[in-house]
Amino acid sequence: MKSWDAIIIGGGHNGLVNACYLQRAGLEVLVVEKNGWVGGAATSRELTPGFAYSNCSYVCSLFRPEIMRDLELPRFGLQVISYEGGAVLTRDGDYLANYRDHDAHRREFARFSKRDAEAYDRYARDVTRQCRFIQPLLMRTAPDPTSLKPRDLGELVYLARKFGELSAAEISLMLRFWTMSISDFLDEYFETDVIKANFAISGIIGTALGPMSPGTAYVLLHHYMGEVDGSVGAWGYARGGMGAVTKALAASFEASGGTIRTGAEVERVLVKGGKAKGIVLAGGEEIYGKVVVSNADVKRTFLKLVEDKDLPDVFLRRVRNFKIRGSSGKVNIALDSLPEFPALPKNSPCYRGDLHFTDTVERMERAYDDWKAGRWSADPFLDMMIPTTLDPTMTAPGKHFMSCFVQYAPPKIEGRDWTDADRDGFAESVISQIADYSPGFRDRIVHMEVRTPRELEAEVGLTEGNIFQGELTFDQLLFNRPVPGYAQYRSPIGGLYICGSSTHPGGGVMGAPGRNAAAEILRDLAKPRLHMSPAHDII
Amino acid sequence: MTSFDCIVVGGGHNGLVAAALLGKSGRKVLVLEAAAEVGGAARTEEFAPGFRTSSLAHVLNRLHPDVVKELDLERHGLRLKRDAFIPSIALVKVGSPLILQGAYGESLTGASATEQTSWRGMRAQLLRYADILKPFLSRRPPDLGGLSLGETAALGQMALALKRLGKEDMRDFLRVLLMNVADLLDEQLSDDRLKGLLAFDAVLGAHLGPRSPTSLLGLYYRLAGEIAGEAGAQLLPEGGMGAVVSAIGAAAAKAGVTLRTGAAVGRILVENGRTTGVVLKTGEEIGAAIVISATDPATTFLDLVGPRDLDTGFVRKVSNIRMKGDAAKLHLALDAPPAFTGLDASRHKGRLVIAPSTNHVERAFNPSKYGEFSPEPVMEITLPSFSDASLAPDGACVLSAVVQYAPYALKEGWQTGKAKFQVAIMAQLEAYAPGIGRTVRHAELLTPADIEARYHMRGGHWHHGELQADQMLVSRPVAGWSGYDTPIAGLYLASAGSHPGGGVSGAPGLNAARRILQRRKEA
Amino acid sequence: MDTVADKVALRRAAQGHFSTWRIDTPFQPRLAELSRTDDWYSWAGYRAPHSLWDEELEYFAIRSQAALFDISPMTKYRVEGPDAEAFLNRLTLRDVSKLKPGRVHYTAWCDDEGFVLDDGTLFRLSADRFRLCCQERHLPWLLDSAVGFEVSVEEETEQVAGLALQGPTSFAVLREAGFAGVEKLKVFDLAEFDHEGGKVVISRTGFTGDLGYELFVERDLALSLWDRLVKAGELRGVRAIGYTALNRARTEAGLIVANADFVTSEHAIRANRLRMPDEIGLGFMVDATKGHFNGRRAILEARARGKLRHVLVGLEIEGNVPAEHAIVYHKKHKEVGLVSAALWSPMAKKNIALASLERPFGDTITDDLWVEIYAMRELQYQKLMKRAKVVQRPFIKLDRRTANPPADF
Repeated sequence: MKSWDAIIIGGGHNGLVNACYLQRAGLEVLVVEKNGWVGGAATSRELTPGFAYSNCSYVCSLFRPEIMRDLELPRFGLQVISYEGGAVLTRDGDYLANYRDHDAHRREFARFSKRDAEAYDRYARDVTRQCRFIQPLLMRTAPDPTSLKPRDLGELVYLARKFGELSAAEISLMLRFWTMSISDFLDEYFETDVIKANFAISGIIGTALGPMSPGTAYVLLHHYMGEVDGSVGAWGYARGGMGAVTKALAASFEASGGTIRTGAEVERVLVKGGKAKGIVLAGGEEIYGKVVVSNADVKRTFLKLVEDKDLPDVFLRRVRNFKIRGSSGKVNIALDSLPEFPALPKNSPCYRGDLHFTDTVERMERAYDDWKAGRWSADPFLDMMIPTTLDPTMTAPGKHFMSCFVQYAPPKIEGRDWTDADRDGFAESVISQIADYSPGFRDRIVHMEVRTPRELEAEVGLTEGNIFQGELTFDQLLFNRPVPGYAQYRSPIGGLYICGSSTHPGGGVMGAPGRNAAAEILRDLAKPRLHMSPAHDII
Repeated sequence: MTSFDCIVVGGGHNGLVAAALLGKSGRKVLVLEAAAEVGGAARTEEFAPGFRTSSLAHVLNRLHPDVVKELDLERHGLRLKRDAFIPSIALVKVGSPLILQGAYGESLTGASATEQTSWRGMRAQLLRYADILKPFLSRRPPDLGGLSLGETAALGQMALALKRLGKEDMRDFLRVLLMNVADLLDEQLSDDRLKGLLAFDAVLGAHLGPRSPTSLLGLYYRLAGEIAGEAGAQLLPEGGMGAVVSAIGAAAAKAGVTLRTGAAVGRILVENGRTTGVVLKTGEEIGAAIVISATDPATTFLDLVGPRDLDTGFVRKVSNIRMKGDAAKLHLALDAPPAFTGLDASRHKGRLVIAPSTNHVERAFNPSKYGEFSPEPVMEITLPSFSDASLAPDGACVLSAVVQYAPYALKEGWQTGKAKFQVAIMAQLEAYAPGIGRTVRHAELLTPADIEARYHMRGGHWHHGELQADQMLVSRPVAGWSGYDTPIAGLYLASAGSHPGGGVSGAPGLNAARRILQRRKEA
Repeated sequence: MDTVADKVALRRAAQGHFSTWRIDTPFQPRLAELSRTDDWYSWAGYRAPHSLWDEELEYFAIRSQAALFDISPMTKYRVEGPDAEAFLNRLTLRDVSKLKPGRVHYTAWCDDEGFVLDDGTLFRLSADRFRLCCQERHLPWLLDSAVGFEVSVEEETEQVAGLALQGPTSFAVLREAGFAGVEKLKVFDLAEFDHEGGKVVISRTGFTGDLGYELFVERDLALSLWDRLVKAGELRGVRAIGYTALNRARTEAGLIVANADFVTSEHAIRANRLRMPDEIGLGFMVDATKGHFNGRRAILEARARGKLRHVLVGLEIEGNVPAEHAIVYHKKHKEVGLVSAALWSPMAKKNIALASLERPFGDTITDDLWVEIYAMRELQYQKLMKRAKVVQRPFIKLDRRTANPPADF
C-alpha cells in the first residue's frame, strides 16, 4: 500500500503553499480537494460563458513576497496589477478618492477638510509604526507563553527585545491601538465623516465587528500589511482573477513533482494510537500518509474530520468555543458594458480601484447592528470593483466583471438557515445600492452569482462562511490562534497539522499560515528548510 | 494670601481620601468643594420632601480595604459586615427572578441544577482571574519609560500568580482577557436571566455593549472590588452613600484637614511649569506647593490649568479622553413599595436588575452609539429605604436606579429628550413591577447632562472617563501620565479619571496620596 | 459658505485636480518659458525646477548677480488675532514678544517630547498679524495649539506667491523696480510696498547667506511682479534659478533643511530619528525664560540630564571631493555619524559638509574625525578616507548680507 509523505486536505491557497514547500523539501506530497478545481476561496471560474469570475477573494495584497519568490509564482504565470485609486461615493453626489500620489491625495482630502488633509501624514506615520512592529510576526510561529521550552522562550525574548526597541510613547500608542475601535482611533486624527469612513473600511472587512467595536484598529493593520512589490499597503489584482494565484501555486507544486486529486472529499482523518495515519475519502477509499495537513478551518478539521474520542476534552472545548461567525457575502456580476458612475469624472482612475458607497462610520455601524440581530444589512457596506478595467483577459472586450464584497451577512437568519428568498433579498440590497449611484445599472447585468455565508460554507467549506477561517479578535490572535496551547500548527494528534487561515497570522490571501505550518512540519521531520527564504527584514 | 502644604480640589470621596492620608502624614491640607456639601457623586440627598437617597453611586461594592484600614473608617462609623451583604436579583416579566446570594452569587436561587454547576465553575474562574488583576488596583501603573525596582517586582509577582494558575488555566486567562462578555457567557451558561445580569454588570457605566470586545474587563473590574474581604460583595450603606463619605470626612477632620464647601476653584496657578496654588472663582488666592485635583482630568487641564501652560500634544490627549456618560440616574418617591413580578418582599433589599438577556442589553446599547437613548432601557434598581427606614416616610419607599443607555450627547438634546426617556423607563418598570406608575409621588431623572451640571463631572461620566481597555492602566487618564503626576510640577491627579477608575473605592485618592508621599521621601 | 449645497458645489468644483498630479505655482508660465533643461521635481506637489538652464551658472547668478527663485510652494500660514503673539510664543521656541512688527525671525517648534516638528521663518506683519513659512504642513498642530487663544490660523500657501531675489545686485534691482524705501530695510526687516494696486511684502531675508530679499504677493499679482523685477534687473544680471543652485548656496551659508538634514517629528517613523533643537544646532532658539512653550519641559529636562544624543556640525573636509551622504568615523573605524549635505564650496574654496554626529563626537570630541567618501568615477567607487574638521557655520560670511545701507552693485 502506497504511503505518501504528506497529505494535504484542501487545495486552498494555504494548502497549496504548504504542499509546495513540503514537496520542495523532498517529500512526496498529495493534495486532495473536494471540488473539481483547486483554489479554495482564491479561484477564477467561468460561471457564465465568456466571463471569468473571481468569485470569492478578489484582491491580492497580503500575499507574502517571500513565498512568491520561493515558489517561483511569477514563472508559473502570476502577474499582479496595482490599484490606481479608489473612492467612496457620497450621498450628496460627490466622492472622496484615494490616489497613490501623496500630494494629489492631500489635495483630494483638502476638498473636504484642510485640517484632515494635513492630518493624514501623522496618521500614516502612526499606522506605519504599528505595521513595522507587527509585520515581522507574520512569518514567525507564535511562542507559547506558558511554555518553558528554549525555543518558545527564545521567541518571547525576541518579542521582548523588539518591544524594548520601542519608545515609551510608541508602546503606549501600541497598547491603545490594539484595544481601540477604528472609529475612536480615527476620531483622534480626522473630523470629516467620509474621510473617517474611508479609513474605517480596513478596520471591518472580513470581521464580525462594527467600526465602533474595540479591537477593529488592529484589523486595520491586518489589511495594511500587504505588499505589492515591496510597497507597504498597496493592493492589486491578479491578472486572470484570483484563481491565477492558486493556479500558479498548483503549477509550481506539480512542476516540483506534487500530485493533486480534485473531486475527492475527505470524510475522516485516520487516527490510530493517537497518530494520524492518513485519510478516508467520502467513497470509503483510504489513503495513507505519514503526515496529514488540514487546510480546512479548525472547527471543520477537529469537529468533523476527527472523532471526539481522539482529542482531549480541553482541546475540544476550546475548538468548540472558537469564533468563526461569517459576516460577509459576495455578489459577482457579469456586465455587458462598463457601468457609469456620474459622480466620478469619466477618466477617473477610481474606476480602476475599489468603490464604496458607505460615506459615514455610522452607516457601517448600523449595517453591523443588522448582523448582530441576525439579518443581512438593509444598507450594506460594499467593497466593489471592476477588475476588468485593469485586466481585460477576464471577459470579452467591452464586457465587464464586477465583484462586490458585502458586509454584513450573518451565518444564520434570525437563528434559522438561509433560504433562496433570503439570498435574493440580500442580492437586491446590493444591486439597489449600486443602482442608486449608477443609472441604468440593472440593465447591464448579464449574470449574477450571489454568495451568502451559506454558499461559502457549502462550496468552499468555510465554516459559517467566515472568510478568515475564524474571527480576528484578540482572543483568537497570535498564541491564541486557533486555540491556546495549539497555536503552532500542530494538534493533539501526532502527525496531524493545520495550515489554514484559522492559524496564525490569520486570513487574507497571504500564504503565511501555509508556509509557517510547513516550517513546523519540516522541523518535526528534521528536514532542511533551506528552500524557505527568510522573512524580509524591516529596517 | 493664606497658604497650605496641599490643596485638594474637589471634595468627592477620592479627594477626601487623599486629603485624609496627607493630613495623617502631618501636612497642612485644605479641601475645596464647589458644592454646599462634600461627597461629590457619593452623597445622600433629599430629592422629594421626606425622601432621601444616595444621589449617584448607590451600591457600595469596592471600597478599597487599604482605605478602610488606613483611615480607620470602621471607627469613624462605617459598618461593613457580612450580614449586610445584599443579593443581586435578575428581575423577570413572567416567572420567577434569579437570585445571586452572598458575595456575587456564592449560591444561586431559581436556576436549574446544571446552571448552578456551570455558574459555580464560572464564578470561581472569574474570581481567580480578577484576583490576578487585583493588586494593580492599589498601585501606580508601571512606568513605560523605565520600570522601577518596585514595579518590576510587582510585574514579577503577577507573572508568578499567573504561573500558579497552572498551564491550562493560564491559557484561558490569556485568551479571555480582552474578550467580550457575551461570548464567554454563551460558552459557559444557558440561563438568559443570569447571562443578562452578568452582561449588564460588565457594561454598567461604560459605553459598550456585551458584544463589544474587551467588555469582559468590566466584570473583572467589579470582581476585583471587595467588601469586608469578600470579592464581589455589595451592600447598601446605612444612611446612604453619604454615610461613607461622612466616615471619610471624619477621618480627614481627625487628621486636621480643613474642609471648605461652597468654594469653587476657578484656576490652578502655574508659574514656570510649577503650581503655586489655586484661585477661587471669587478671586481669592490660596497658595500651596502641592495641588491635588480630584476633579476629572479634562476639567483639571482644559479649564483649571488651561492650555497655555501645557503642551499641545498633552492637550490633544486630554481632549481625546472619551468621557461622555451613557447612564442616567432615576429617583422615585413611591407611596408604597413596588411589586416586582415573582419577587418576595423580603428580597427588596437586593440589587434588582432589569436585563432580561445578553441580546437585550446589546439592543439597548445600539441606539446610544448614534446619540439616541434605549427605548427599552436596562437598569439596576435599589430600594434603599428597606435598608435604612429613615430615608423615606413611613410606609413609603425610595427607588434608586441606574439606567442605561442614555448618551450624554443625545441627538435631539436632553431638553426635549428627557421626558421621553422617562416615559420609556417608566414603561420598562411597569412591565416588571405592574402598578408602580400609580404609586409615584415624585420622580427625579438625572441625565448625563444633569449629572455634569450638578456634580461637576464632565460629560456626566461617573468614571471621569470611559473605563475601557484603551483608557485603563498606563493609558489612564492619558498615555505617559498615568502615575498621578502631571506635566505641571506639584500638581497631582486623584480622581476616578486616574487609574484604576471609578466606583466608590477611594483607590485613585489612595494611590495619589501614596505617590505624593513617596516622591517626598525620594526628594 | 452659506449652505450645505454651496459647500458641495465648491467641493465638486475642485474635483478636477486629479488630472494633474503636479500643480503649477503662479510663476510657472515664466519658469516654463525660461526652462531649457526641462528638469522638474515635485516640491510639496508643485512643479518646481531643479535647474532652468545650467545649474553651475545658476549658482553663480546668486553669488555674482541676482537670482530669482520661486518659493511659492513653501507652506504659509496666516496667524491673526489679539492672542497671536501669545499663541506663537507658546508654539515656537523663540520669544515672539521680542519680535517687533516689521521684523522677521528664524524659529522652530517642537512636540511635547521636545522633538523638532519643523523650522521656519516668522514674519510679524503687524502687532497681531503674522505669517509663518515652513517646509512641512502643520494645520492640525497649529489649530490644536490655538485652543484657549483668541487667534485664527489659516493656511494660505496657494493664495500667496513667494519669490526670493538673492545676490549682490538684488538691492539694486528692487530700487530700479521702483520700490522706494527698500534701502531702509535692514537684515530681517520687512515692509509693505505698492504693486499694481495691491501690496507686496518685501523682507530682507533669504536662504543663501547673501544680500537678498523675499517678496510675498497675492497670486494674481505674481506675474506682474516677476515681470517688474526682470525688467528692472535687465542691466543687473537678474536670472531665474532652480533648486540645485539654491541648495549649494544654502549649504555654504550653513542653513539646514527639514527632511534633508533632519527628520521632522511628524514624519519620523523610527524613534531614533527624532531630534531636539540642541541636536540640530537650533539650541540658541530655546528661550527658557519666556514662559511656557511647547516642549519646554522635555527640552530642559534633556539638557539637565544630559540626554541629548546628537549634534549637527559643519565639517571642513580635506581634498575637494564632495562627501555627500558619507559616513563619519572617529579614528577611522568607529562610526559616529552621517553627512547630510556636502559640496565643494566655490566661494570658500573649501570642501564643506553638514553632518549629524552622535555625541560626544562633534560635541566634546572633535579631533580625529574622518569621512569615508565613495566617489563614483566611471562605474567604480574611489573610496577615500578624508580627515574632517569641525568648523563654525556659516562656511562663508559675506559682509554685503548685512551692510547698511545695502551696497549698490
